[in-house]
Amino acid sequence: MPKPGLIIRRLKPLVFAAGLAPAALLAWKGYQQDLGGNPVEFITHATGDWTIRFLLITLAITPLRYITSLPDLIRLRRMLGLFAFFYGTLHMLTYVWLDQFFSLSSMAHDIVKRPFITAGATGFLAMVPLALTSTAGWIRRLGGRRWQLLHRLIYLSATAGVIHYYWLVKSDIRMPVLYGAILALLLSFRVVRTLRHKPKPRLAATPVPTGRA
Amino acid sequence: MLIQTAPRIRSSEITPRSVYLNRRRFLSGSLGFGAVLASAPLAEAKFSGLKESPFNTTEPETPYKVVTSYNNYYEFGTSKDQPVKYAGTLQTRPWAVQVEGEVSKPQTLDIDAILKLAPLEERIYRHRCVEGWSIVVPWVGYSLSEILRRVEPTSKAKFVAFQSFYNAKQMPLGRYAGIQLPYVEGLRLDEAMNPLTLLCVGLYGDILPNQNGAPVRIVIPWKYGFKSIKSIVKIKLVDKQPPSTWNIENSHEYGFYSNVNPQVDHPRWSQATERRLGDFFKRPTLMFNGYGDQVASMYTGMDLRKYF
Repeated sequence: MPKPGLIIRRLKPLVFAAGLAPAALLAWKGYQQDLGGNPVEFITHATGDWTIRFLLITLAITPLRYITSLPDLIRLRRMLGLFAFFYGTLHMLTYVWLDQFFSLSSMAHDIVKRPFITAGATGFLAMVPLALTSTAGWIRRLGGRRWQLLHRLIYLSATAGVIHYYWLVKSDIRMPVLYGAILALLLSFRVVRTLRHKPKPRLAATPVPTGRA
Repeated sequence: MLIQTAPRIRSSEITPRSVYLNRRRFLSGSLGFGAVLASAPLAEAKFSGLKESPFNTTEPETPYKVVTSYNNYYEFGTSKDQPVKYAGTLQTRPWAVQVEGEVSKPQTLDIDAILKLAPLEERIYRHRCVEGWSIVVPWVGYSLSEILRRVEPTSKAKFVAFQSFYNAKQMPLGRYAGIQLPYVEGLRLDEAMNPLTLLCVGLYGDILPNQNGAPVRIVIPWKYGFKSIKSIVKIKLVDKQPPSTWNIENSHEYGFYSNVNPQVDHPRWSQATERRLGDFFKRPTLMFNGYGDQVASMYTGMDLRKYF
């Protein structure tokens, strides 16, 4: 039995192929003129769905490492996060190009006036620094702690993404609620873990103030 | 480039229903089911001798396939591609529409009576969805006023309330629609009497496919698509403004009038432009969807921002 680390290293190309599969399928359907009556809407929805899914999958790595005792899963996380950024970029480009035709004024108007666009733009912009600093060089330059702190922006990104989706749907809220529930579960894992490993408060570091506040 | 515009096919180029039904009959006949299918009423359903309407637009018609496979019909699922897959369970016969309320001659009209009540016309209308897309559809039907005149509205009748069919067995996805069902809609009486308001029984020269609101629906071309209620079973004349489904759901986003108006944005979508399905670029949306000449006078003096 090879070591888990080796298995995961071998899995990497497979995960990479799987991550590209939705884009490949979309391209194939486009080539086949099989994107339904409103291809732009189809592309927008597909790329948006996969952005949220990859954000959630990326966020699932840490809990999975803990539950499965497979710390080497971390080797997949950067790639999964970059796939979220990849689909997020396609999603954003679809909007900028095929929906707004690069009209800056119209987009600015949208971002200010339409809360679901504001949320979507927030989610995307929060991903940009994470993608830019995803290299080993940047981890070194920033230092592990600061890098980790910065990369907690993914919590904001995923939350904004789910809100974006929730505000978009007209009445059938099942999918955004499902994604929201998964996100809540993944984030609460982190909350519980942090509370459990809370460093003990130092005794008598500062005197407790008394009297009226 | 991924996006390719669908080829524009005139209705005359589409395989007529009778031809493909014959083929189907031939195929199933060889399997021994011929007698069953041959007796189906659908085989002779193709309309003939449709009158041309002066209201027809000359813009290219949206292909039949798009009109019948990209639908908002939440009783059969909330995705556009679901109604075409799931609306087969809708039983459109027998079917009756009750016409009642503030009228001297209330009636229950059987679908066959509706089909013969007035000469059928082909009405090629623009159809603009509140979501920002539009299509051009050759509907079949006649002005709703033909029915309303016959039941003789009383002086108390000020509005018309419509109700869709709803049956949880035939529409199992309806419970996930997120809207209150049965679907209801309403018009002011003068809007309902406007000759543009169509009582619709078909499209592309044929009966309505289930996913498009079979067997009978209303089409109001100067209002957002959700006002054009599908599969109706009740028309009631009333004295007060009746409830309408999307307005009940979210009165902030969907008004009772819901006239197509590029100046009044939906909170989540700009209504200034629209994408005609099949087009790459968007086009400016026209006031009253381009039907101002026929309908604008009904709204003179009204603040259309307030009564959106």
